[in-house]
Amino acid sequence: MLKMARQLVQRDLLLALRRRSDALLPLAFFLVTTTLFPLAIGPDSILLRSVAPGIVWVAALLASLLGLQRLFADDHADGSLEQMLLAPQPLEILVLAKILAHWLTSGLPLLLLAPLVALQYGLDAQALGVLWLGLLLGTPVLSLLGSIGAALALGARGGSVLVALILMPLYIPLLILGSSAVVAAGDGTGSAPHLMLLGALLAGSLAATPWATVAALRIAHE
Amino acid sequence: MDQPYYSVSSGARRLTLFTFASPRNFYHLAGRLIPWFTALGVLAGLAGLAIGLLVAPTDFQQGDAYRVIFVHVPAAWMSMLVYIAMAGWAAVGLAWRTGVSSIMASALAPTGALFTFLALWTGALWGKPTWGAWWVWDARLTSELILLFLYLGYMGLHASIADPRRADRAAAVLALVGAVNVPIIYFSVYWWNTLHQGPSVTLGNAPSMAPEMLAAMLLMVAAFWCYGIAVALRRARCIVLELHGSAAWLRRRIK
Amino acid sequence: MGLSCHQLTCRRGRSTLFSGVSFVLQPGEALWVQGRNGSGKTTLLRSLCGLALPDRGAVHWEGKPILATRSDYHAHLLHIGHADGLKQDLLAWENLALGGLSGSQSSREDAERALAELGLKAEAQRPVRLLSQGQRKRVALARMLLEPARRLWILDEPLAALDQATAAQVGGILQAHCERGGMLVLTTHQDPALPGARRLQLGAEC
Repeated sequence: MLKMARQLVQRDLLLALRRRSDALLPLAFFLVTTTLFPLAIGPDSILLRSVAPGIVWVAALLASLLGLQRLFADDHADGSLEQMLLAPQPLEILVLAKILAHWLTSGLPLLLLAPLVALQYGLDAQALGVLWLGLLLGTPVLSLLGSIGAALALGARGGSVLVALILMPLYIPLLILGSSAVVAAGDGTGSAPHLMLLGALLAGSLAATPWATVAALRIAHE
Repeated sequence: MDQPYYSVSSGARRLTLFTFASPRNFYHLAGRLIPWFTALGVLAGLAGLAIGLLVAPTDFQQGDAYRVIFVHVPAAWMSMLVYIAMAGWAAVGLAWRTGVSSIMASALAPTGALFTFLALWTGALWGKPTWGAWWVWDARLTSELILLFLYLGYMGLHASIADPRRADRAAAVLALVGAVNVPIIYFSVYWWNTLHQGPSVTLGNAPSMAPEMLAAMLLMVAAFWCYGIAVALRRARCIVLELHGSAAWLRRRIK
Repeated sequence: MGLSCHQLTCRRGRSTLFSGVSFVLQPGEALWVQGRNGSGKTTLLRSLCGLALPDRGAVHWEGKPILATRSDYHAHLLHIGHADGLKQDLLAWENLALGGLSGSQSSREDAERALAELGLKAEAQRPVRLLSQGQRKRVALARMLLEPARRLWILDEPLAALDQATAAQVGGILQAHCERGGMLVLTTHQDPALPGARRLQLGAEC
């Protein structure tokens, strides 16, 4: 069973390697979006430093939403998702494997880009550290919750916009916790409770979302 | 009215848990219930509004502007209650594969969205005289706004799937996911509201309840509840018509 | 025991696709599902796989309902549908070895050997998106040669897009499968050359 999961991760990573643009485009979107805000609100460094956490998190959220199409849509179109539903291994494990591969190509690179954004907004080392930790805990949650939206929207018209509408309310706790962690670190009030709650959110999502995603996938194939 | 109301395959008139899971029985039952709930709703509404607008005393702090809470608070409560009911029917529909349960869930959604919208509007109308602004990022109002997005997401997903049965089931999963998330969202919004420096922003508290105010409030809640049920049942009947339009029992009725 | 289905009924939208479909399939038997386009053949096959849920009736494998024993049933099932389930960007052999198609695990050598047997020795090294329709079909069908443990084959139009020689070869593979004690359910508009196959006509009943 785990061998199958490992194979699935390898397969998805291989596919992402062969179609690099699919994975790179949302990352480019992330960078472009974080550049838009200083252009829109002015280069005042103090203002930028204070809005940076919120903007980075919103941009990460939007980039993640755009990248969710890759998760199931291609497999659904060529029939390999149907074959996955016919596998003897538990579907929840296979879905987690796909989400892991998706996070490795969408969430993990965001962590590598975070220092660049810190530079853009003049965040100091401590703020960057808390931002980074928050993204480390939060981007998997983006992929996990996102998988529910991606699975529900299979075979529906509406594409990315529909997925975004479905997922935005569900992402709000993540957004609040992630950006307020950085603000709290800067204030001196300590970001530990925020980060711990983020960790709890991650643990909860890991436990609960595969069931919902599996249910949505089976419904999409009825 | 024609035939046996309760039909089990053996023809016995026996009520089971699943009697009204058959579209035909549901259609009949809903038809009988709607006039009653409509009448109750109108009566309670008129009484509640009469007491609230005319009889209840003026609040010394907020003047007559506070009276909007007789619509705002019931609407807000109903918006949450309807979501819970929607999620409940969604769970029943998924667990027992009863199509009528899923139909009930999708019939409730627009009503719930309307209540949420009403709560937001009346919240703004309350905010202007008491706080001076049409919108404040109060924890409760913000949560209402997010609840509206949850409803819109449900309705959007339902509308985007062509096959009606599959649409019902997919939207049911979303309703359940949303229901599980609502406490988490509410908690995080509440925290967000208290976190940031500055005065804690609240819309203002309902004035301490004189008995007339309480009576009006409860009557309005009852009115909205009856209205909600009546409208949802009516909508559900229409959906049953759409889905089962060619069924023999419907054709006999319409003839 | 084998595959059995009882009073299977499926609706699509407002109309009934088929109703009251019942049969028992024993090891060594083949079932040829026939019917006009739109008579519900694909839906029936998907219901037998457990993908589409019927409105009434149930499917049983070895006496147990398939929805209750999913992983056991799927371990014995090979389904090749209309969509070939191949990833465009993977090489042909990679699809069979790494593709993860319904949880199968094959080595590279086995995959290449199976492809060679179906006349795709050179194409094994090419990405699937560069193959023709018929060649892709053959890659998908190569799974039949790789999974001896899967005794029940449910195939939707396996002979479509194949030239005559390959179609005959595939017919031979199907025949051999039944002779070994395997079970087969298929739909096809061409003659599958299975003399012993039972027939199920959809659309004749109401």
